[in-house]
Amino acid sequence: MSLDTRAAVTVGRKTNDVHITKSTTSDKVVGGVSHVVLALWSLVVILPLVWTIIGSFKTTKEIFKSPFGLPAQWNFDNYVTAWVGNNFGGMFLNTVIVVGFSLFFVMLLGAMCAYVLARFEVPGSRVVYYLMLAGLTFPVFLAIVPLFGILQNIGLLGTLPGLIVVYVAYALPFTVFFLYSFFKSLSYEIQEAAYLDGASEWRTFFQVMLPMAKPGLAAIAIMNFLGLWNQFLLPIALNPNKDNYVLSQGMASFASSAGYSLDFGAMFAAVIITIIPVLIIYILFQRQLQGSVSQGTSK
Amino acid sequence: MTISGPGVSGAELDTAAVTAPRTGRRKAPRAGLPRKLTPDYISFLAVFFVLPVALFLVFVIWPFIQAVYVSLTNWTGFSPNMSFVGLDNFVRLFQDSAFMQAMANNALLAVVVPLVTIVIALLFASLITVGGPSHGQVRGLRGSTFYRVVSFFPYVIPAIVIAILWNMIYAPSGLLNGVLGVFGIDTNQFAWLGDQRTAMAASIFVMVWGMVGFYMVLFIAAIKGIPAETLEAARIDGAGRFRTVTSIMLPQIRDNVQTSYIYLGIAALDAFVYMAGLNSTGGPNNSTLVMSQYLFRTAFEKGQFGLATAMGVVLAVLSLAFAGIVMLVFRLIGGKDEGGRS
Repeated sequence: MSLDTRAAVTVGRKTNDVHITKSTTSDKVVGGVSHVVLALWSLVVILPLVWTIIGSFKTTKEIFKSPFGLPAQWNFDNYVTAWVGNNFGGMFLNTVIVVGFSLFFVMLLGAMCAYVLARFEVPGSRVVYYLMLAGLTFPVFLAIVPLFGILQNIGLLGTLPGLIVVYVAYALPFTVFFLYSFFKSLSYEIQEAAYLDGASEWRTFFQVMLPMAKPGLAAIAIMNFLGLWNQFLLPIALNPNKDNYVLSQGMASFASSAGYSLDFGAMFAAVIITIIPVLIIYILFQRQLQGSVSQGTSK
Repeated sequence: MTISGPGVSGAELDTAAVTAPRTGRRKAPRAGLPRKLTPDYISFLAVFFVLPVALFLVFVIWPFIQAVYVSLTNWTGFSPNMSFVGLDNFVRLFQDSAFMQAMANNALLAVVVPLVTIVIALLFASLITVGGPSHGQVRGLRGSTFYRVVSFFPYVIPAIVIAILWNMIYAPSGLLNGVLGVFGIDTNQFAWLGDQRTAMAASIFVMVWGMVGFYMVLFIAAIKGIPAETLEAARIDGAGRFRTVTSIMLPQIRDNVQTSYIYLGIAALDAFVYMAGLNSTGGPNNSTLVMSQYLFRTAFEKGQFGLATAMGVVLAVLSLAFAGIVMLVFRLIGGKDEGGRS
């Protein structure tokens, strides 16, 4: 950064402040160069994905022959091999179960906890707030070995419920932080009104406050979904049981099991199977997702 | 940190850090009535507060605390016995050449990955935001939505899939050698990850590939948050695009850059997912071995839980130290900037 600033002082271009109405040559040059640079990067991003999609329809022999050739026959053999033969179907199901339950519970518990922290005077809430901050800051690697021991002790090691509990616990701090500011900004009058109408604390939350926090809930749910679906360290450390594998760890074990002699076609298909759900979510919620990234910074 | 793994961590930390402080906008009237300990209120607190906090304490905070103790023992994980060995584990670590190599690799990653990612992300963000015509309002490039949507996409792909995908791209008969072949460069089936000279650079590129889009979007948002009048004024004063970016935009989004630097650095100190997918064994001559990988192997393959946890402690200390150094450096730079201008 310091370099940049210095460069600016010495270079200080004195162009294009004269022409007011139409595009200048330098505009065209800058625009053209920008488009070329960004288009090149887009290509670097898209090409591997296109290559993967095409590769998932090719036989391994075809893949080795040429990286660009189209498959002689477009069929779903690789997908069948991956889904059935390599049990990616089972892993897909496990992932859906684990992510589904974790997402539900982390949203519920996160919203409840954020609500209490933001709107009630509970002894210890300050401490909890700072502990959550610490939970966000420290690397999970520090906790991973003791966590293994804890799960072993309570008999949840290598089970889906165990994984769900851990996912919820580790996604909780971020969820609480995000929703904290949402609940803080909601109107107190409405809460009062609910009490006056005789609503219990429970009812006030579920029927009055929670619906008002919907935009925040949606944003955080999308981010949590991606984070949980893509989670890797926790499952490979805490879920050694092959029957309970989730997709991310299944991918890793499949890739490392055979090295270069791997069934590339099935591997490509497995990659696509793993990506499809996040791709759909991305396409559907692209706007909200980039919005919530912005939200964090623009204020 | 929905759990350190994928690129998500950056976003999450970020939002939390930024949204959290701006809470006291309105003093809470403490919801009127003093709360009586009715059954309703007690059950409410038990479920809404005690339950999530207990879960968090047991599975997040307690392991962190335990880690400090475990790192001072010779626990093997297979037996419940552990005896206290003091700082032996740490002494062993600093005499272990593989661990020192891993630490050096992490240091390299922590310097290079954030730098390259942020420079590229800033460049793209600037092109998109000031690449438009130089007359009238400061406008962005046409069609920038497309670039934004495409570059952001790697952020949502699981990091392990990114790593495995690039593993295949770098393979002897993979996409990279194929593309180079099209341009007439015969690489002779070069194994990019199998050669000590290229393995680390190739791995760094993958991490950058995975993260640039996210930080680009983040910087674009930050730049858009700069008041239009400021940019307008700069333009009227005769600042060109380059000058606008370096003298107006960069100082305004300094905090975002600093935060991004810290998250990227911490991600690079971890780097586990990427390295596990690219070179699960640590690469030729351990040239891409990172501490997290070594930790994982020590714990879950060799069962040396005490030693592995000591590595975790080192990793945590380094992460905090890294964040501290970055903040210090940015403060020093910032101080100079302001001094020069006033």
